[in-house]
Amino acid sequence: MSALVQLKNVSKTFDVSAPWLNRVIERKPQTFLHAVSEVSFEIKRGETLALVGESGCGKSTVARLAVGLYETSTGQVIIDGHDMKASNQGTDAARAMRRKVQMIFQDPYASLNPRWRVADIVAEPIRTHKLIANGPLLDKRVAELLGLVKLTAKDGEKYPHQFSGGQRQRISIARALASNPEFLICDEPTSALDVSVQAQVLNLMKDLQREMGLTYLFISHNLQVVHHIADRVGVMYLGRIVEIGDKDEVFGAPKHPYTRMLLDAIPDLHMTGIARTPVAGEVPNPLNPPSGCAFNPRCPKKFEPCDKARPQLVSFSGREVACYAATGQDKPVDMTTALA
Amino acid sequence: MEAISRFFDGDVWWSFKRSPVTVIAAILATICILGAVLAPVIAPHNPYDLAEISLLDSNLPPAWIASGNAKFLLGTDQQGRDILSTIMYGSRVSLLVAVSAVAMSIVMGVSAGLLAGYVGGRVDSIIMRIADIQLTFPAILVALLISGIGRQFVPREMQDAIALYVIIFSIGLTGWVQYARTVRGSTLVEKSKEYVQAARVIGVSQTRIMFSHVLPNVLGPVLVIATLNIANAIIAEATLSFLGVGMPPTQPSLGTLISEGQNYLFSGEWWITVFPGVVLIVMVISVNLVGDWLRDALNPKLR
Repeated sequence: MSALVQLKNVSKTFDVSAPWLNRVIERKPQTFLHAVSEVSFEIKRGETLALVGESGCGKSTVARLAVGLYETSTGQVIIDGHDMKASNQGTDAARAMRRKVQMIFQDPYASLNPRWRVADIVAEPIRTHKLIANGPLLDKRVAELLGLVKLTAKDGEKYPHQFSGGQRQRISIARALASNPEFLICDEPTSALDVSVQAQVLNLMKDLQREMGLTYLFISHNLQVVHHIADRVGVMYLGRIVEIGDKDEVFGAPKHPYTRMLLDAIPDLHMTGIARTPVAGEVPNPLNPPSGCAFNPRCPKKFEPCDKARPQLVSFSGREVACYAATGQDKPVDMTTALA
Repeated sequence: MEAISRFFDGDVWWSFKRSPVTVIAAILATICILGAVLAPVIAPHNPYDLAEISLLDSNLPPAWIASGNAKFLLGTDQQGRDILSTIMYGSRVSLLVAVSAVAMSIVMGVSAGLLAGYVGGRVDSIIMRIADIQLTFPAILVALLISGIGRQFVPREMQDAIALYVIIFSIGLTGWVQYARTVRGSTLVEKSKEYVQAARVIGVSQTRIMFSHVLPNVLGPVLVIATLNIANAIIAEATLSFLGVGMPPTQPSLGTLISEGQNYLFSGEWWITVFPGVVLIVMVISVNLVGDWLRDALNPKLR
């Protein structure tokens, strides 16, 4: 099977400079924030790729790049053979692309327009893409979508504030499914929900994936959630992917020290009483990233080459990982190539 | 029907019942508005029907003063017109001007604010700088300027006919900035919410997002400002009319009545100017109090 989604060397920089006048007066240079740097991955049809990492590591930016809410600074997002950059132009092809890619947002309290009835919210993609004309057929389709997410057709008459967080998130899923998409981007869809409701929403998403052959890009900082839903996992640190591979490989035998630190920090019932290693230090300022490997100030395995040159992602023991210590890139020969 | 019962069960109605000042203000405002709107039906006389007025009735004091006439409750002016009736017809003009001017400000201000907030960038800067410049001129000055210019362009005999439109336009134009600023602020907040991004992901056009998603969510504060501004617009109209650039004596508003009446103040006919003044004050204060209450009742932070 070919890849449905491809990110090729995608980078996104934001101009966070002070206003022009202040810059001139205070003699400050323009400043750019490198939110995402040279991220590449592929997602096969029907597969779930999860991106994990601490707050501010750029995982949500990747989601917004993939869905076309942000335009890439460099690199390409290709979905089903079409460049996502074209999706914001008003052509028919662009609309067709928009239909195929949908997103589920983090905050179910902000992602539904409070003044719209649920039925109108769910029908919006159908009306926008003129898939079904207004009338009994549309009502039937909306009822069917609400049924898919275990709500009733009668719930369509209500307003979002009459639902709980989990129900709202399910409405959001129904809306995302309304245009028969192939690729769903889920930006921390469960992080605002209670644990019991999280499981409900996740299982629903898994069922829907199986029934409709959906492809997911799943953004989360919750490793247990990721373990539950993902096929493959990418670990991000300061805008770059540091380790990416099959879930069992990455979680079972993490190679990057950062992945190991994240996994060690998960609370576990079996470890009661045993002191856990907290993730030491804090994420560095992305405006002023450390030289070499961005993780080196926090890394327990830091050694000579780490702050000199950035390690590249290389295939290693069934996954790709960017770390000198883990992959043995520290040999003098590799050093010269890395610096070159 | 369901909406009505929900309103009476709701917080807003509850806080209304709990505030006696607001209830009294609302009753007074309703009386003023009904008196104005229904003037042709309920006014005891038609002060502009020349067949009905008689110079013999001129300058009568209010009915409770010995020389008064029970036919003219609040007395008559120098031409024998019933003061109560002129006040009712006058408030009609005042209210018409105020409501139209506020409606005009809302349309201008909301569109400008929505555009500035949603489009942002250069459009935002240009609109908001124009708003800043507008704010440096006192409202009355702008209104005087516009009425002055407006009058220059039309022949003298038509000036009275267009006076109403000129005054609506000049008061309306001075009011838009407040709406624009408020709506721009709320638009910036709403724009960054996820439901707007969701609409973009769906592929909804920017114009449609602006009008069907953002607009309904930024109108709440506008209602409050509009109520308060109606009172301001009534005052502004009265001021302009008093200064002689507002409504002509042939179509008098409350301001015109006060202005005309003050000529007779020193000759002892105080009722010609005092009663329109009292009505103006009652109308403005009661509308203002209702507006104040509405602002507090609709502000979730004060609940």
